[in-house]
Amino acid sequence: MTALSPAIDRFELDYAAARRKALRVNTISTVLFALCFVVTAWIGGFFDMTDVTLSNGERVSMWKIWAGLPRLGEYLYKTLPVLRWETLDADLAEWFWRWKVWLRLLVETVLIAYMATLLGIVGAFLLSFPASRNLSPNRFVLNLTRRYLEILRTVPDLVWALIFVFCFGVGPLAGVLAIGLHATGALGKLYSEANENADMRPLEGIKASGGSWFDQIRYGIVPQVVPNIISYTLLRFEINVRSSSIIGFVGAGGLGQEIRVAMSLQEYTDLSALFLIIFVTVIVMDMLSEKVRHRIIGLTGRGV
Amino acid sequence: MLVIEQLSKTFGDLTAVDGVSLAIPKGQMVGVIGRSGAGKSTLLRMINRLTDPTRGTITNEGRVITSLKGRDLRLWRASCAMIFQQFNLVERMDVLTNVMVGRIAHTGFLRAMTRSFTDEDRVRAIEALDRLDLVPQALQRAGTLSGGQQQRVAIAKALVQNPRIMLADEPIASLDPSNATRVMDALREINRTDGLTVLVNLHTLDTARAYCDRIVAMRAGQVRFDGTPDALTTEKVRAIYGSDDLSGDINEAVTSTSLSSHMSPEPFKAVGT
Repeated sequence: MTALSPAIDRFELDYAAARRKALRVNTISTVLFALCFVVTAWIGGFFDMTDVTLSNGERVSMWKIWAGLPRLGEYLYKTLPVLRWETLDADLAEWFWRWKVWLRLLVETVLIAYMATLLGIVGAFLLSFPASRNLSPNRFVLNLTRRYLEILRTVPDLVWALIFVFCFGVGPLAGVLAIGLHATGALGKLYSEANENADMRPLEGIKASGGSWFDQIRYGIVPQVVPNIISYTLLRFEINVRSSSIIGFVGAGGLGQEIRVAMSLQEYTDLSALFLIIFVTVIVMDMLSEKVRHRIIGLTGRGV
Repeated sequence: MLVIEQLSKTFGDLTAVDGVSLAIPKGQMVGVIGRSGAGKSTLLRMINRLTDPTRGTITNEGRVITSLKGRDLRLWRASCAMIFQQFNLVERMDVLTNVMVGRIAHTGFLRAMTRSFTDEDRVRAIEALDRLDLVPQALQRAGTLSGGQQQRVAIAKALVQNPRIMLADEPIASLDPSNATRVMDALREINRTDGLTVLVNLHTLDTARAYCDRIVAMRAGQVRFDGTPDALTTEKVRAIYGSDDLSGDINEAVTSTSLSSHMSPEPFKAVGT
């Protein structure tokens, strides 16, 4: 290599040094991550062995995952209904034999999600303003509302459901309250982040005209954040439909209770039917809310 | 009479306004000039009480402004309207509502929250918009208007506050010369017709000379000149704006926003007419 100029030679040396350093950092971090992964997998039981009986009666020790893998196929096979072309009507009718109950519970599931989302909107909207750093009247109120929202969303909705089933008994009321509380915590966080990104100049304009804190929020912030609020809320509704379809596991209404019954009675084809119902419902809800969301974002020219 | 006595404001180590005393009679149009960071904005914001002073007092008609709280403070803010360089309108709301927000201090909580202003407020707002030739834009979103139009919406909003004093913080700094002229003309018209006291922060000397009865010049938070435009000589201008590296004369035409000193005297004519 011929020397071009002292500055370029200097650069070549610096470049080589920078490359060496980057390589060292990469190697060390890769080794660290791999180590963490192996340790976690070991704690999680990924390397456990299990005893299995072979077809010739011999008992051997086998890697648990290898031994258990065929059972996955076995399970899925059991859930498959018997469908014959000649008697398709009758077979379908047998597969969905409890369709009247399931349809009622499906409606209940969607209504739980709907009501819970409404509760979540109201709670989160009101709490999001004191929980925003730029709007909160003082530090104490800020921290109080933030911690409250954190507690609401850190406790899983299934746990809230257990508590409410204990208080109010089995039924959709417990499910609505449980998902509603969890949604309040999650939406409150998202709404307050939207508030914190808002332009503060309109707020000052309202304040200079003699507007109170509420006036400043109402006219300075709300018009700015409404598109974000709608968008986040629709996303939350999709999540709530999923939540309300399993919350019946603990007796809080919706299709979940049927899943639990089918599982404990080992009615495998019922499970596949229920899974299909939930799957289709969630897809339909996702598609609808995405349509609405895009329409709103398109109208306002602003994304989330 | 608006009386400011020994008014100071410090932000940490920085002294933005340093012992300013002024007495402004009713109906005067006062231009406040000075370099960026001279404390002009802080002075105006303290009069409106958007910023609280560290020391000193402000009294208006014998009433102490600096100690107002709660509803009295909000009514004071309404009675001394403020106009901002960046207009500070709610861009996603229509022009009419933006103007009606000027009545917010006199609107009850429920009416304010439900956006149901009284018919009287609507009448006031549309009259103010008419005065500033903005009635055709009344139902448009404020954000879709040009800068000059937005600033005139802000003036209309200030007018419906029914103020006794109007404070304008660099109202023309983001505007082109023709819009700047319209906005300054509107302020002068309000000053002359309604007899309002107008305090306006300006970047440009010639605008201050052309529109104001009195010029107050600030430097490093202190008042360095207070008098009529005629008394503001070149030496005094250099003392206000000058620094060691600024040896030559300050050419007012360079910073000018007036139309006459920029454009050719021949009016522009479209081809073919």
